[in-house]
Amino acid sequence: MDGSLRPALDVQRIRQDFPILSSKVHGKPLVFLDSGASAQKPRAVIDAMREMFETSYANVHRGAYQLSEASTAAYEAARAAVARFLNAGDAREVVFTSNSTAAINLVAHSFGRGVLKPGQAVVVSEMEHHANFVPWQMLAQDHGIELRIANVTDAGELDMADLEAKLADGKVGLVAITHMSNVLGTVTPAARIAALAHAHGAKVLFDGSQAAVHRRVDVRALDADFYVFTGHKLYGPTGIGVLWGRMELLDAMPPFMGGGDMISEVTREGFRAAPVPAKFEAGTPPIVEAVGLHAAIDYVTAIGMEAIEAHERALVDHAMAKLSTIEGLTVIGRAQDRGGVFSFALGNAHAHDLSTLLDRVGIAVRAGRHCAEPLHVRIGHDSTCRASFGMYTTHEEIDFLAEALTSARRFFS
Amino acid sequence: MFDDLRDLYQELILDHGRKPRNFRRLETPDLSARGDNPMCGDRIELFLGMDGDRIADAAFQGRGCAISTASASLMTETVRGKTAAEARDLAAHFREMAMTGTCPDCGAAMEDEMDRLQALSGVHEFPSRVKCATLAWHTLNTALDGGKEASSE
Repeated sequence: MDGSLRPALDVQRIRQDFPILSSKVHGKPLVFLDSGASAQKPRAVIDAMREMFETSYANVHRGAYQLSEASTAAYEAARAAVARFLNAGDAREVVFTSNSTAAINLVAHSFGRGVLKPGQAVVVSEMEHHANFVPWQMLAQDHGIELRIANVTDAGELDMADLEAKLADGKVGLVAITHMSNVLGTVTPAARIAALAHAHGAKVLFDGSQAAVHRRVDVRALDADFYVFTGHKLYGPTGIGVLWGRMELLDAMPPFMGGGDMISEVTREGFRAAPVPAKFEAGTPPIVEAVGLHAAIDYVTAIGMEAIEAHERALVDHAMAKLSTIEGLTVIGRAQDRGGVFSFALGNAHAHDLSTLLDRVGIAVRAGRHCAEPLHVRIGHDSTCRASFGMYTTHEEIDFLAEALTSARRFFS
Repeated sequence: MFDDLRDLYQELILDHGRKPRNFRRLETPDLSARGDNPMCGDRIELFLGMDGDRIADAAFQGRGCAISTASASLMTETVRGKTAAEARDLAAHFREMAMTGTCPDCGAAMEDEMDRLQALSGVHEFPSRVKCATLAWHTLNTALDGGKEASSE
């Protein structure tokens, strides 16, 4: 394939778009390998948000004055951009939340308590982030829903046979599974999961917090029912997340939070909820953050999700080759289809000691359980270090990580 | 590559991190407590054998980073033979040292003990690691209070 002969994207040019990447840590050039926790921001996002604050900021959906109309138009344009990004059929199916966690909690409350019936079940997997785990545990406690947990294989793949077994009795109303593990890097076979869920009468929610950053997501091609992602991992700002849901599902769901903007009418006796998506957007929304997310989507779209995916595939291959040469290093998870997230353990060096060492030479990685404690129990590690890539990550940064890990091994031996 | 981290990871710390002392379980402890740093995955279980008000034996089990393991190891050595009140004083002094690097109010009463614990004072330059060093001491206070669960979050 000719793609291997030329760079998929011009990473050095891209790096110039991210002001923070030229900064130093402890006097060393920053090697930012924690994009899986939160990505850095391109100037396009920073500028779009500043420009809105400076020129066209007002509350949305309220004032009949020019600024408010401009602000509303910008906010709704962001919704349309998200719809295009996910290939949704209707922009009204896009609900803005504060992050993925809020989006999943919205579904757990509204769909979970308003549509699912006690006695039904929800299936998650062992590799879920706590954001796609705890809301369902809370639902199970509060609403008589059984929580089932699909296994992960030793290689770090979703065990499809186990998922099928957990769907077999037809009690499952919703399958809520990550589209890409934030610990293992595993990309799950979302279209197959959706087909399996639907065959057993269940709806399916994908946590796209990691996947939407690295791959083109087409919610209609996946045949998803709900898809969530967060702005700040997609090079956008914090404080904005997305719940996409099928219109007929969102229509049937009761409101989650009550307040301004989510009502059609309020009387002393009661209220009538506004239509979707306003029904789920109580209170003043993250307006400038939506504009920032729009800029981020425009930015990654202009580069091309295919080009980003190709670049990251090359990085993953390079990292697998490099890291496998380090004596004593265990990479957690060996999924066939994986993205740029690597969790690892290094012999006798604890993850926290290791991250302190790496920080000293400018390398930012995460250490701990990465909000996935059940998965860490499953893999038998108290904590791991995690290096996660962004579109600005270079082969040289991975080489430097490998060099530093080799040196760290000597330090603790 | 990491030479400037030798202040934090002194030989004494690396040694106690690799080969923690009193790393065992007391079968019939008079006091015990669990300590947990939920964000890190550090966990220790501390056991105290008391002779009246005096700590006759101190031991621990658990898993954690070099800093938390070494801190627990040094603590069990240091508090043995101390009264509960002396151990609490040491804990307060140690926490101050871990957070600020010094302990001007420590006085001369337990100078030898503080000298030995001084090896861990380097953590004050690493705010995210201070709780690794203090976990064992939080757990000690919890055990002396008769409690069961401590967290340094």
